[in-house]
This record gives sequence, C-alpha cells and structure tokens, in this order.
Amino acid sequence: MNRTLITHARIVDPASSRDDIGDLLFDHDGAILDVAPRIEAEANVIDATGLALLPGLIDMRVVIGEPGAEHKETFKSAGRAAVAGGITTMVMQPNADPVIDDASLVDYVLRRANDRSPARILPAAALTKGLKGELMSEIGLLTEAGAVLFSNGDAPIVDSRVMRRALAYSTAFGALVSHRPEDPFLARNTVMNEGELAMRLGLPGNPPAAERIYAERDLALAELTGGRLLLDMISSAETLDCLRRAKTKGVEVYASISVHHAALNQHAVMEGEGGYRTFAKLSPPLRREEDRVALCEAVASGLIDVIVSGHDPRPAEDKRLPFEEAAFGAAALETLLPGALSLYHNGAASLMDVVRAMTLRPAEILGLKQGRLQKGAPADLILVDLDKPVRIEAEKLRSKSRNSPFDGRLLQGETQRTFVSGKQVFGGS
Amino acid sequence: MAQLAPSSSETARFSQRHLIAIEDVTRDDALALLARAEAFVPFLEQRHKKLDTLRGRTLINLFFESSTRTQSSFELAGKRMGADVVNMSVRTSSVSKGETLIDTAATLNAMAPDLLVVRHSASGAAQLLARKVSCSVINAGDGAHEHPTQALLDALAIRQRLHTIEGLEIAICGDILHSRVARSNVQLLTLLGAHVRLIGPPTLMPRDAERWGAAVYSNMREGLAGADVIMMLRLQTERMQGGYIPSAREFHWFYGLDEDKLKLAKPGALVMHPGPMNRGLEIDSRVADDANVSLIERQVRMGVAMRMAVLEALADHGANAGVET
Repeated sequence: MNRTLITHARIVDPASSRDDIGDLLFDHDGAILDVAPRIEAEANVIDATGLALLPGLIDMRVVIGEPGAEHKETFKSAGRAAVAGGITTMVMQPNADPVIDDASLVDYVLRRANDRSPARILPAAALTKGLKGELMSEIGLLTEAGAVLFSNGDAPIVDSRVMRRALAYSTAFGALVSHRPEDPFLARNTVMNEGELAMRLGLPGNPPAAERIYAERDLALAELTGGRLLLDMISSAETLDCLRRAKTKGVEVYASISVHHAALNQHAVMEGEGGYRTFAKLSPPLRREEDRVALCEAVASGLIDVIVSGHDPRPAEDKRLPFEEAAFGAAALETLLPGALSLYHNGAASLMDVVRAMTLRPAEILGLKQGRLQKGAPADLILVDLDKPVRIEAEKLRSKSRNSPFDGRLLQGETQRTFVSGKQVFGGS
Repeated sequence: MAQLAPSSSETARFSQRHLIAIEDVTRDDALALLARAEAFVPFLEQRHKKLDTLRGRTLINLFFESSTRTQSSFELAGKRMGADVVNMSVRTSSVSKGETLIDTAATLNAMAPDLLVVRHSASGAAQLLARKVSCSVINAGDGAHEHPTQALLDALAIRQRLHTIEGLEIAICGDILHSRVARSNVQLLTLLGAHVRLIGPPTLMPRDAERWGAAVYSNMREGLAGADVIMMLRLQTERMQGGYIPSAREFHWFYGLDEDKLKLAKPGALVMHPGPMNRGLEIDSRVADDANVSLIERQVRMGVAMRMAVLEALADHGANAGVET
C-alpha cells in the first residue's frame, strides 16, 4: 500500500490555524492527500492518539561542514540529526570550503546533499564572492541554480555601499538577503554579552549596540533599495525596537532568532562546575534575561518571524579550551524542537506561534510549498509527543559534533516519527 | 540623377542659442531639426556633397574625452557645410578641471569661432563653457548628463525606418545610471510621443527613474515584451570593478540582447546601439550584424545629417548671425 493514514492526531497547522484532533492521509510519492476530522481510506494506519502532528520543521540556518570540514559534520550526519529532531528542510549556510559562491557549487550541494541526507537541504549562497564583503556574488545565476537565500555567513558586510548594491541588485530576482547584524569593530575579540557578568568573569564583552548599529544600517538600506532583508539571528531587545519601526513603515524585512536565544540567557555561561562553559559561547552571545523575555514576546507577537537552530557543529578540540580561545557555536539540530517548545511549556508563546516560526513563516519567506498541513502540500510531517520530558545528553546526539548548551537540561517534546515527501525517515516501524 | 542641395531658406528654426541638453529643447525645435536633417539625408548620398552654407564660419571641436565617431561626425558635418573645422583634443588634467576649462574658454574666445562642439567627462562642463564663450556651444557629451545630438540622430534613424516616433514602444537597456545617451533619449523620445521603458539591473538604474515618465524594469524579458525599438547601451567595463554588477557573464545572461530575448519584442523590432559595442556582453554579434533588425550602421550615417542640421540652425541663430566678437 502506498498511502498512509495518520489518525487521532492533534493536528497543528499554522497555515489554517487549525489545532484539533483529526486524520491526515498522504501518498508515499510525496503529497498530502487529505486532512479532515475523520478520514476513511485504504491505507497503512498510524494511530497517533496523544501525539501532535506538525508540518516538518524548516530550519533556516544550519552550518554543515561539507564540503571542506567533514570532521565537523557531513550532509549525512546533519541529515540524520535533523530528521531525529523533526527538521525536514534545512537551509545550509554558504561558509563551507570552498565558499558556496558559484552556481556549480550550488548545484553540487543540491545533488550531493539530496543523495546523502534524509532531510531536504537547500543551499544559501554567499552574498559576496568568497564572503569577503567586497563584490556581490552572481545573485541571478545562483538563484537560477537553486540558492534559496543569500547570506554572508558570520562575516558582516562592512562596506555599506556593497550592502546597498547587493540589496538593490537582489530585487531584480526577488532574492532574499540574509545578514547577521554585528559591528565587527565593536565585537572584535569579545566573547560574551557585555555587562556585569562579563565584568565579574573578566571576559571581554560584546555590547548590544554592536548589533543595533548594523541592524539600523541594514534596515535603512532595505528601505532605500526595496530589497528583501532577513536580520539573521538577532539577540537583543534594543534591536527589536529598530525592527518594529521598519516593519511598521512597510519595509520588507524579516528577523530570526536562534533557539538558544529564545531558551537561554547569559547565565548559561556560569552553569556547571566553575562556570566558563564554552558550550554556551555563542555568536551573537547569549544576553540578559530581559533580552530573552523580549525575544520570546516578539515570537508571540510575530515581530520575530523565524526560530532557527543556528546549528554550528564544533568538534571537542575547538571547545575544550579556555573560554576566550574556544570556538563560538552550538550543535542544535536535535534540540531545536524541544528548546523552542520551552516557550510553549512556560507560557511565553502559544504552541501555534512557536510552530509557525519553524514551519509556515520560513516557508512563506523562502517561497516553499512545505510547512503546511494542507491537501497538495508536500508530505513533510512530524509526529511529536509535546509533553514528554527529555534529558539532553550531548554525548547521545546524532550530530558529529556535540557541543550543545542544553547539555544536561531537562526539556519537553520528542519527535516520534518524521516523514519527508511521504517517506518515513525517522522513528517507529 | 543629381539632386539639388537643400535650400538654405529651409534652415530649421531653433529657439536656443546653444544645444546643451534635450531638457531645454522644445518639441517644435526637435521636429524642425529632424525635418531639416531628413532633407540632408538624400543629399549626403550624392557624389557631390558639399554646401557653402557655413563658408567663412569656424567650428571648433573641443574634446576633453577621446571619441572617434562623434568627433569625426561633427568634423565631417562642418566640412560638408563649408565651415573651417579645427579639432582640439585636450588632455584633461586631473587637478582643477574647472579652472582649466575657464582658461580654455578665454583662449577660445580669442580665436573667435562661431560654433564650439565640446565633450567633457564632467556633467555640466558644456553649460559652464557656454557661459564663458561668446559663440554657440553644442554639447557632444558631458559626463553622465546629456548627449543631445546622439538622441537626435537616434530619433532620425527611427523615423527613417518607421516614419514616426509617436506611439512607439521604445526600450532602453543596460547601464542607465551612467548613460548620457539614455538621459537625452528618454527626454527626446518622450517629447516626440514615444512610450519609453528603461531596463537594467537595479544597481545601474537611477533612483526615481520612473519620474521621467518611463516605465522601469529590472527584468529584461518583461521589459522587452511588445517593444518596437530596443536601444542597447554600452556597459563601461570599469563598472564591473565598481561592484555594480557581479560579473560579465551574469550581465550577459540577464541583460545581454541575444536572439532569444529579441524574440520577446514585437516581430520586426529594431535594434540600436550608440557604439562602440561590447560584443558578447550587452549585445550578441548575431543581433548587431543582422541588417534586418539592426539600425546600428544607420545610426552612424544619420549622425552627419543630423549634425549638419544642428550646426546650420545654431549658426543661423540671431546671436551668431549678427554679432562678431
């Protein structure tokens, strides 16, 4: 039988604002055939009583490592970790080696990744050649090759004229420009949020103004050029004020936060024996509790569009170092869902708001058909036990690198089964 | 059959003393100049093509920027009209251009020319010179500002093939931002009743370009649909280093005119280019060299007739006819 019927599931679909018990029928060749309170059909039946049925998550920011740093992560290991975490589509950052700045490399990633990874991998291309911030990449040819957005990775574009031209030029192709706002001079050599904690630890602090200054500039340039801008992984409350103003003016701007900034604050650096926990060393840094709360409110209000994993695998040798010398970044494919569900469990946002930020909004922004539980949409689905307690143990993560700031934490929510294009790629038989 | 020389009593009436910008030209001025140039076209196809209308008058070609075709076109136009033509090529010094220009004007005044044709890399240079010299000034291109005789000869070339400009859909494509040809053409063609579309990457499109009354497209395929005339502009290769576009191959793919994109225009659409062309960049040779669609060679031929009409009209202008400095 080449159809499956999921019955008695709590169907959570932001596209239709549906949250009720029902059935969903899909084809093993890829499409959702029907969604209704009760469906009678010849099909394999999965009784999902007690489970939530969500669209597969779309993670808009994943660093992989292939090509060039396969010891950190490969398409295969990232794909396996993703589907175990309920992620069915991930957007791969261009900071590989070589940098993904040429149409032939986009093509390579699409072919190779889809050969190796059970989750869909969509390439983001470099916004500037070699990520050098000097000359825009071939945005038109890269778009035609299949790049879904343009990012400069973690390297901000310093030259405002380059940023202006990239934003302007991208409008000819409707391309999305993703930029992580951070003034590299203010951020230079800093390792955590600037403030009392950094002072006590004797660590150089990164002021939220470093983010706000570049966010303001990028928003002004998006307004000037009409370009589509994603403020990538913002971290502080003061940036939200600029974002709100730009959105109110009608500038086509979106913003994302990482699951870590939604669920953790700078005190994660202090956890464990003696503190200086390098797993909590992130860029942008984890900030104050007030910032975290403001970011969660912004998810609930829709001011923040997207929650990403910000997955950045780092092998142990890069993290087992004194705090100032350790690498930034966290492996997060398997903790995106339980981490984000903490907003729902602690009442900071509704389930629908949290799910929307990882399914429908990324799909809308990227122009993808998935991310919805609707007839005709791709059958990218996950069955989730929303309340199940899970102790995050970094050593058990499927990712090749296990640097998780959630290590040792108790979260709630576990992916039971994952389907990509109608095929079960994770979970029960 | 020998044709008579066009009668000098039909000289185009021109309301201005100088020809600096199409912006200052009225519709009547433009139509009169075009009609007069049209009368010169058959004349220039004769064996004997010399008039004495401007005998005893002096035309100085003052070129601060090198140019082969515009300079020789003006030179030939002047000589056909019987004027004494002096070519001055002045290397622009990198410092104090304004000062040099005004000094040059004083020198020129001492030579008492009747007509001065000037090309300069700075926008507004022709206007500055016009204020300082006592003869008529013709702008042969100032920076990214205007190149009025190019627009007039383009209009003439179109009229020769399609008989009218009124109501035509004309697409101007490429580097609009830095193009004086585009600036002059948008205004002239609009003045003559054409619907102008501007097509180019957003980085090479001036802000508020639609305020010219033109439709602006960043997608060339959409912009070409139904066009009667496609005017390609030269892409200055130094623009690529400036980061306006990512690469030559991307520009060619999305904004180069090839046979495939040409099919989107109206059947029989004509192709123009002010030259010199970057073949394989903004235009494919197969399009540029196709005599059925390409007006490029005709544009050059029209240049002399158009400039003869302009020289004649300005030399005849009251301020020049009577007063000698």
